[in-house]
Amino acid sequence: MIEIENVTKIFRTKAGSVEALKDVNLKINEGETYGVIGYSGAGKSTLVRCINFLETPDIGAVTIDGKRIEVDGDRLFLTDNGERKKLSEKELSRIRGSIGMIFQHFNLLDRSNVFDNVAYPLRHTGKTKAEIHDRVFQLLELVGLESKVNSYPSELSGGQKQRVAIARALANNPKILLSDEATSALDPDATESILNLLKDLNRKLGVTIVVITHEMGVIKTICDRVAVMERGRVVEEGKVYDIFSNPKQAITRRFVNSTSSLSKVDELVRKDSPLVKSGAGESRLYRLVFDKKVNSPVISEVSRKFGVDFNIILANVEVIGDETIGAMIVKIIGDDKAIDAALTYLSATKVRVEAV
Amino acid sequence: MEDFIKTVAPNIWAYRTRFIQSLADTWQLFLIPGLISFFLGIFFGVILTITRKGGIKQNLVVFRIIDTIINVFRAIPFVILLIFLIPFTRLMVGTAIGVRGAVIPLIFGTAPFFSRQVETALANVSPGKIEAARAMGSGTFGLIFRVYLHEAVPELARVTTITAISLVGLTTMAGAVGAGGIGSFAINYGQGQGHPDIVNVCVVVLLIAVCIIQAIGSFIAKKTTNRTFIHRIYKKDSV
Repeated sequence: MIEIENVTKIFRTKAGSVEALKDVNLKINEGETYGVIGYSGAGKSTLVRCINFLETPDIGAVTIDGKRIEVDGDRLFLTDNGERKKLSEKELSRIRGSIGMIFQHFNLLDRSNVFDNVAYPLRHTGKTKAEIHDRVFQLLELVGLESKVNSYPSELSGGQKQRVAIARALANNPKILLSDEATSALDPDATESILNLLKDLNRKLGVTIVVITHEMGVIKTICDRVAVMERGRVVEEGKVYDIFSNPKQAITRRFVNSTSSLSKVDELVRKDSPLVKSGAGESRLYRLVFDKKVNSPVISEVSRKFGVDFNIILANVEVIGDETIGAMIVKIIGDDKAIDAALTYLSATKVRVEAV
Repeated sequence: MEDFIKTVAPNIWAYRTRFIQSLADTWQLFLIPGLISFFLGIFFGVILTITRKGGIKQNLVVFRIIDTIINVFRAIPFVILLIFLIPFTRLMVGTAIGVRGAVIPLIFGTAPFFSRQVETALANVSPGKIEAARAMGSGTFGLIFRVYLHEAVPELARVTTITAISLVGLTTMAGAVGAGGIGSFAINYGQGQGHPDIVNVCVVVLLIAVCIIQAIGSFIAKKTTNRTFIHRIYKKDSV
């Protein structure tokens, strides 16, 4: 659905130039919810703006639904059905209009009521008044805001404003919806309801959603795949479950830890807390990770088999889609030989064992 | 009423036809340059906004030219501008005196000021709204009329009020080149002939005019903040 090839974007300022994107390559499939996560300044907002050409890349090409837009010097070329031609400003606006986008600060027109905001992209497109009227009510029903049709944005809560923005973004039946930190300005309740709405729309309408965020919780809740960005590059990419169960880059680990209480253990170790000290007959701390490959009751099994006890300091279960990843921080109590044997056995059962 | 005026301001009564003529002249001096300056100001304000660095149609050459012209005309005091523009005014309208002769200098005194005010008003429209409209496929005209000018209405009402009040001040100065109006009436018949009541009445009249302009401006600004001036109610089953 979306293919980003070798996209590089440089911002030139008086202070020097900043490479916002460095040779980014991504492929987003039709109907999936794709996450892009990174800290501020990582280039994720620039990347999403290169998809609908709010920002023009300096180098590279972006293919949207079969239409390939290629940057050549300071010109854009469109390849559609094997025919390559110069892309006019008008055609570019049309392509932009066929991609929905929502923003952190909603960006509704404050002087237009909900109806007129949602009608904005429908007007001046050759539709009749009656068609626009029906479509607007249809969209408001979809986002559950029919009762607010005559309200102004200043009379709405953040979550309601974002619903209006979503209705507006979907007005022209886009195949792609870009979400730029859409929940970052919302409280936890509103965040949850907006994420549920996006998930729902993805299922009901089959719209491909690209989600930009700095919150791993958002990725965990709605995304199928995720790209992790750092300093203009995609440093890690894959299925959300795989990223969670086995993060490779340091920055990915930080993001994963940000939604899990397990990272607290490092803090406890640093503080030399009595919780993490090992007494006589106790092993050091181990982190045990149980992903979807593990489906037997290993802890009690090992305990019985080797005569050791597990002292569980911290435990956490992540639910990603309909799969789970469990992890716990344990001390093993028993004699040294038994502990070694238990650890070896655990590793053999596909439980990932790491010394803390 | 007649007796009241005769008692409070006897000289106004004596010169009542001249007084009413001067009010009519001032109204013309206000209305014609005001309307022309309004449209010129909106036009140049929009041009400045879209051509500036990072604007939706960035064009620094156009921006700098207009920017400089505005600065030059804003730097010249109006009384000097009146004299300075005499040859140009003659060329354009055939005379440099009377209401006709004052229209051009009043436009030059007002439009650059108003253009700046419009530019400031449009700068307050959040870039996010522009970005969202671009993402929805709006072109330059859509962005100008459906976002910039639409969202800036209350702010435009405020700056129009400020400019209109300063234009009232300028019309009285235009009296100095024989434009007529309440300014020259106060100078010639009031100050010149030693009739303080004429000056006082002129001050009161101008005060009332300014208050009315301010009241209208504030009303419109308030009525258009975060809403449209006239509500349209949409119902599900009726178009």
